[in-house]
Amino acid sequence: MKLLNLFITGLLIFTLAACGGGDKPSSESKAPAKSMVKKEEPKAEAKAEADPMKDIGVGPIKEAITFGELDEALAAKGEELYKAKCTACHKPDKKYIGPAPKDIYQRRNPAWVMNMILNPDGMIKEDPTAKKLLQEFNGTPMSNQSLTEEEARSIVEYFRTL
Amino acid sequence: MKYLFKSISFLTLVALTWAMTSCGGGNQGGAANNNSGSALGKSTAERVFVAPGELDEFYGFISGGFSGQLAVYGLPSGRLFKVIPVFSQDGEKAYGYNEETKAMLQTSHGFIPWDDSHHPDISQTNGELDGRWVFINANNTPRIARVSLETFETEEIIEIPNSAGNHSSAFVTENTEYVVAGTRFGVPIPQRDMSIEDYKGNFKAALSFVKVDQETGHMNIAFQVLMPGFDYDLTHPGRGKSHGWMFFSTYNTEEANSLLEVNASQNDKDFIAAVNWKKAEEYIAAGKGKKMPAKYAHNVYDEATHTATSTMENEVLTLDASELPGLVYFLPTPKSPHGCDVDPTGEYIVGNGKLAASLTVHSFTKMQQAIKDKAFDGDAYGIPILKFEAVNAGTVVQPGLGPLHTEFDGKGNAYTTFFISSEVVKWKLGTWEVLDRKPTYYSVGHLMIPGGNSRKPFGKYLVAMNKITKDRYLPTGPEVCQSAQLYDITGDKMEMLLDFPTVGEPHYAAGCPASLLMKNSRKIFKLEDNKHPYAAKSESEAKVVRKGKNVHIYMTMIRSHFAPDNIEGIKVGDKVFFHVTNLEQDYDVPHGISMLGANTSELLIMPGQTETLVWEPKEVGVWPFYCTDFCSALHQEMQGYVRVSPAGSNVPLKWSLDGEWNQ
Repeated sequence: MKLLNLFITGLLIFTLAACGGGDKPSSESKAPAKSMVKKEEPKAEAKAEADPMKDIGVGPIKEAITFGELDEALAAKGEELYKAKCTACHKPDKKYIGPAPKDIYQRRNPAWVMNMILNPDGMIKEDPTAKKLLQEFNGTPMSNQSLTEEEARSIVEYFRTL
Repeated sequence: MKYLFKSISFLTLVALTWAMTSCGGGNQGGAANNNSGSALGKSTAERVFVAPGELDEFYGFISGGFSGQLAVYGLPSGRLFKVIPVFSQDGEKAYGYNEETKAMLQTSHGFIPWDDSHHPDISQTNGELDGRWVFINANNTPRIARVSLETFETEEIIEIPNSAGNHSSAFVTENTEYVVAGTRFGVPIPQRDMSIEDYKGNFKAALSFVKVDQETGHMNIAFQVLMPGFDYDLTHPGRGKSHGWMFFSTYNTEEANSLLEVNASQNDKDFIAAVNWKKAEEYIAAGKGKKMPAKYAHNVYDEATHTATSTMENEVLTLDASELPGLVYFLPTPKSPHGCDVDPTGEYIVGNGKLAASLTVHSFTKMQQAIKDKAFDGDAYGIPILKFEAVNAGTVVQPGLGPLHTEFDGKGNAYTTFFISSEVVKWKLGTWEVLDRKPTYYSVGHLMIPGGNSRKPFGKYLVAMNKITKDRYLPTGPEVCQSAQLYDITGDKMEMLLDFPTVGEPHYAAGCPASLLMKNSRKIFKLEDNKHPYAAKSESEAKVVRKGKNVHIYMTMIRSHFAPDNIEGIKVGDKVFFHVTNLEQDYDVPHGISMLGANTSELLIMPGQTETLVWEPKEVGVWPFYCTDFCSALHQEMQGYVRVSPAGSNVPLKWSLDGEWNQ
């Protein structure tokens, strides 16, 4: 059991190191390691996934989303839904059970976020980024909260305000 | 008892030998390599094999008898999907144990943890199964339950006053206008202190017509027909041409009060009571109903609050059959009839006289004529007895021993179970000839063809329900299972395909095509529709509130943590309510919670639902709770602690998740 733990921990550290750039890794990562990661990492990721900002993932949303002007009413509706349906696992600006949505659009295309909300089971099976996140977050799968596309879109709008 | 078994098995043996020699040897009970008779040339095993990942063609709802519950099976596989708790507490689902469902088991006699569930019946529209609800009776403390076929949960239970042994129940009329409940025991009405020996002529029997709201399904007792104090055994509604009538079998027309085995088996003929409920409605409209005081509980589960409430009713409307002409007629029927079954056309009424050598079938058309002609053979307590010859359509001559119950395939055939000779007999309506017989293993009670007591049977399978299994399964000590046996009835001859054990004692069943229910089956409860007064619909609403010695924990659960999961400031002598809301909104993600030392219950909570358990900590310490339903890879991590301090301690009440304390 201890050996297994050690192995898993090793694997996690490796994964975290290898993924870099994602949510802030736990306190274990020290500055030198970070800088090492930053030097080497982008190449490896580029091979695996192309441009993460263009990746829209797997699910009902088939096209990349480009934001226009912020729709504040929609964002307000999204905030309400987020509080009701998401906060048990996602704090806005702090890693919790799952990653924080703050600054998400510096890392992901909005369509990818939509698909993660609407099709978490499929994403975990088929999308390389979602697969990595699952590992990073201790194998806790994202819950399908049975939201409609409109509801997911409002939450996606809300994330722009964080 | 041993003697009974021995004599039954001897009788069975004799009957089997006779059956086989007279019919040229049936299938000895579904040997897996039997290929004969199958249209597709499939083996018996292939015909009941539902491959992994495949779904069954039919639902079967089989009553649990002394278990008090209703079990859901797939047919033809015989796989058990769910046991729906109805009249008995169920620790697994916390039914009758948690704060929300205790009220479901309230009666005028107080809380009753158990009953004897017998006869499920699926709601109908135009005489066809409509898949809205299934009703079932409690036999002991008379009640009727309504189970939702969206949630497969018991939504309502109504107690039946003036009734004792609610056996002739719970059968629906053609459009589910009423669910009907006849009493097995005659009793003093109203109940009073009197000598048992004064039964004859003084006891009465109530036949209750419970109105069903077509939108909500809510039940209320519209009226009771007060009848002579016979025993009313089973009932079925008229359909088609006989819609508006209800037929009840009777026994003990002798009105014996002791050793009924002998004393209630004296008359050559008992009766089928034909009740004209449309006439009853006319009498009520004309003000002929009499209100009488009667105490009975009416329990309703509210899907929005996830909580049941119990209301005590005080009054019931009655019609006295002896005083109101045209309301009831008696059809003489040999001999202590059990099942009282109406064919899909509504023309034939079958009286399964369990001590009779032959099976009696009455004609509705002849009955109408006999009433018009006043072809009476006297009366019983003022209720006309129709002449046997004037109503009898025909007789199935000596089809077997101990007929109990008949259902229909919609192709002009009837199928009757014979308890004593342990067999199912197929016979033809109109010619009354016996077409086939097959043994059951052993001592069959009722049978069920999906839709077989409606205008539109699905005549593919027949399920026979057996009282005795003896050598059919691996032995499990003195108490062995009851069973069901599945027959293919698509050919000229019946074929036994499968033999499977049941939960409790199956007294009756209802079945329907899977397609009727599958599309409506609920997947989750929406959080936004949750109106439970103690729901915490997000982690930000999680809290702990003290009100004197009562402490209310508003807790949430999601894969895979509780909020809060650390609680301090609880004291010995407190009464702690865990109100737990499952925040998941995905199909098939229940969570459970159990608290060490809780004397009440574990909870099993569906997505979007709130349930409550009560814990009264008796000892100082730090006590754990955990999730009882394997919910994710980190299920084993889904746990928490409650610190219990001595009574009078000043440890402040506070709670946390992940180190963030609130108070």
